[in-house]
Amino acid sequence: MSDLHAQTVPYVRESMVPQGEPPATERGAVKWMRENLFSSWFNAILTIIGLAFVAWVLMHIVPWFWNSIWFAGSLTACREIRDATWGAGAPSACFSVITDRWQQLLLGFYPSELYWRPITALVLFGVAVAPVLFTRVPRQLLWFSAIYPVAMVWLLWGGTIWPYLLVLAGFALGVPAYRIGAKAVAPLLGVVAAIAVPILFWVFVLPPLSGALSSALPIGLEAVPSRAMGGFMLSFIIGVSGIALSLPLGILLALGRQSHLIFIHAVSVAFIELMRGVPLIVWLFTASLLLNYFLPPGTTFDLTLRVVIMVTFFASAYMAEVIRGGLAALPRGQYEAADSLGLDYWKAMRLIILPQALKISIPGIVNTFIGLFKDTTLVVFIGLLDPIGLSNAIRATTDWNGIYWELFIFIGALFFICCFAMSRYSMYLEQKLRTDHR
Amino acid sequence: MSAIPDQPARDKFQLSQLIYDTRYRSLTIQIFAFMLLAIALFWLGRNTVINLAALGKDFDFGFLGQRAGYDINQSLIPYSSASSHGRAALVGILNTMLVAALGCTLALVVGTIAGVLRLSNNWLVAKIMTVYVEMFRNVPVLLWIIAFFAILNESTPSPRDFGENGDASLLFGSIAVTNRGVYIPRPTPLDGAGWAVWALVAIVVVSIAAIIVYRGYAKRQQQTTGRILPVFRVSLALFFAPAIIAFFLLGMPLSLDYPELGGFNFQGGIMMRNSLIALWLALSLYTGAFIAEIVRGGILSVSKGQTEAAFALGLRPSRTMNLVILPQALRVIIPPLISQFLNLTKNSSLAIAVGYMDVRSTLGGITINQTGRELEGMLLLGLFYLVLSLVISASMNFYNSTIKLKER
Repeated sequence: MSDLHAQTVPYVRESMVPQGEPPATERGAVKWMRENLFSSWFNAILTIIGLAFVAWVLMHIVPWFWNSIWFAGSLTACREIRDATWGAGAPSACFSVITDRWQQLLLGFYPSELYWRPITALVLFGVAVAPVLFTRVPRQLLWFSAIYPVAMVWLLWGGTIWPYLLVLAGFALGVPAYRIGAKAVAPLLGVVAAIAVPILFWVFVLPPLSGALSSALPIGLEAVPSRAMGGFMLSFIIGVSGIALSLPLGILLALGRQSHLIFIHAVSVAFIELMRGVPLIVWLFTASLLLNYFLPPGTTFDLTLRVVIMVTFFASAYMAEVIRGGLAALPRGQYEAADSLGLDYWKAMRLIILPQALKISIPGIVNTFIGLFKDTTLVVFIGLLDPIGLSNAIRATTDWNGIYWELFIFIGALFFICCFAMSRYSMYLEQKLRTDHR
Repeated sequence: MSAIPDQPARDKFQLSQLIYDTRYRSLTIQIFAFMLLAIALFWLGRNTVINLAALGKDFDFGFLGQRAGYDINQSLIPYSSASSHGRAALVGILNTMLVAALGCTLALVVGTIAGVLRLSNNWLVAKIMTVYVEMFRNVPVLLWIIAFFAILNESTPSPRDFGENGDASLLFGSIAVTNRGVYIPRPTPLDGAGWAVWALVAIVVVSIAAIIVYRGYAKRQQQTTGRILPVFRVSLALFFAPAIIAFFLLGMPLSLDYPELGGFNFQGGIMMRNSLIALWLALSLYTGAFIAEIVRGGILSVSKGQTEAAFALGLRPSRTMNLVILPQALRVIIPPLISQFLNLTKNSSLAIAVGYMDVRSTLGGITINQTGRELEGMLLLGLFYLVLSLVISASMNFYNSTIKLKER
């Protein structure tokens, strides 16, 4: 065919024209805008509305931020500085309230000379949580993570060190109890012994022993009462304890709900539905108003501890439902495979079922964590001074009466950072644990 | 060759079988758990009885019939301080339902729009929606409620500004947004035209019934003959046309009662307190952010192949959406959506932050404080929320079972 072509075409080009630039509408910012902002008339309208909205928001916020006053003793002082600098009535944020009261918003009424303790606790929290979150951190640090909860309580609440050491000793006693029980009779008895021995130790041996040791060797930190705890620290304590405790409890409840043992199943379902069906705030009121009815007369029970327990129960019910979803999503073959390998129930769960089920439920679990952390603000209604409670208290002083947005923005930003970090971490974890081929 | 019996004979029962034999072990564990639970419950109950006796209280719901003696500023049914505590609780329940219903509706609208727009190929709009969703999801709802309440109280004019000297004016000439609340016109029947209003209501009910019948008919037509009847337009016409025609035929029996400034406050119209509006908006926008994510996830869960297959069959985009994408996406969307509605309903108990009189504030708040019946009050309150949740989740499970894929 080619020779035919050569004979019929009078002119064949021998040199190529150099490649030109793409047309102006098909490159650079113009192309991007045509594709992403103005691809159709409807999109163009949306873009214009969106631009107008953004401009409107920025017009209100930017001057307000730009004119903000960071150092003034009170709202009136703020207004005076504003009138002097920007003119009367100019929009101006008064972030002086944050620079004036940030310690209170973060740490509540914790004695200021002891601020090193919560700060140390926070730094150690980072150290303790790192090996749990990231596998690249040395595994030996997990031992520190295990004792950190007790260390944190001691650092924050203070008092002599003995009760805390004895609590740790109780856990340590559980190990030989399990070994002896398992060797002498059966693994089941070992488990029972491992649970019963520490509890008996804490109930009967710990109080007299720690009392004796404390009077003999009063080593410890200055005690700080619970009502001094407040601000973001309180939210953080309740949130972190709730998160740490609700995951194991939620797993147990989910397994209970999936269990073939009718009684265990019924109890789990009842607990989960009861907890989920009633708002947290009602549970918190129950904890603060009613708990004294259910305990032996004369029992006193720290309010913060009650709140932690209630929040944990509440979150664990949600957690159980999330994990149940993960358990149900696993193919039946996985359960059957575990059975056919001859694994007993706990081994099958620990080695085969739960690792997969938990992996599936990571987004839900982290969402529950985030929900729990946000719900810690509800403690303001039972009189604990969380950031929102403190913002009300700050507003009630004559200096800062009538200040809203600066406080809301500060508190909102604190929660936003924590919650956003958690959701990003869950995405990272999902990415890391993804084993399927894509 | 006879098979080796894998179960020992029954007559050789030994006590150790209770632990080692899987047939008996589950029973042992359950009986043990039952005993532990029974002991714990008995202990709690006994403590309660002792504590109640020590306080000189009894366990009695008679307080529900007593005179409440407190006012409720927003009530859907007639209520005065002379009414009983039981009626106060009912007012609270209705207020909870009101904010829950309003909130669920708005949250669904906001969430659907935001979820769809987040998937839009318009970069700017998608980003704005992302900012909205992340901002609302990661900040406690309580903070939002307080913030909205502050906005409404701080940035709206007081009723006085609507007077001769003020600079505020009514929205559309009929809606007054003030720092006490929003006043909207109230539809009121003309004198002696009460029957006509009921006739209108009856006509609307009949129209709805007709729409349902027509939809069933259209579906049967499609299944038997393949002919697709217009459903949406006809439904719309069936809903509005008879009512509007009847409205004019009956001589316009409804008029609007506009809010008017009288003295220091507005008279007439319906007043929606700022507490209600702040709670409503905050709950809807907060829940809307979660619903947006659910909607987005649901739409993304339908694989692209489904759309392409529908196009290959020659379906138009609107039919593809209605017949292929939505039925599959809804299956993913509905269950978490309902649980978000449940969350919204439960979060409405945060009304305490803005002083909205929901059931927690009446039954669980003032009534308890006045009568000292914490145990009974909290029990009733918990029961109300529990029943509400169980009813909603039961209906969800029912709906779920009707739309889920039928397998094996």
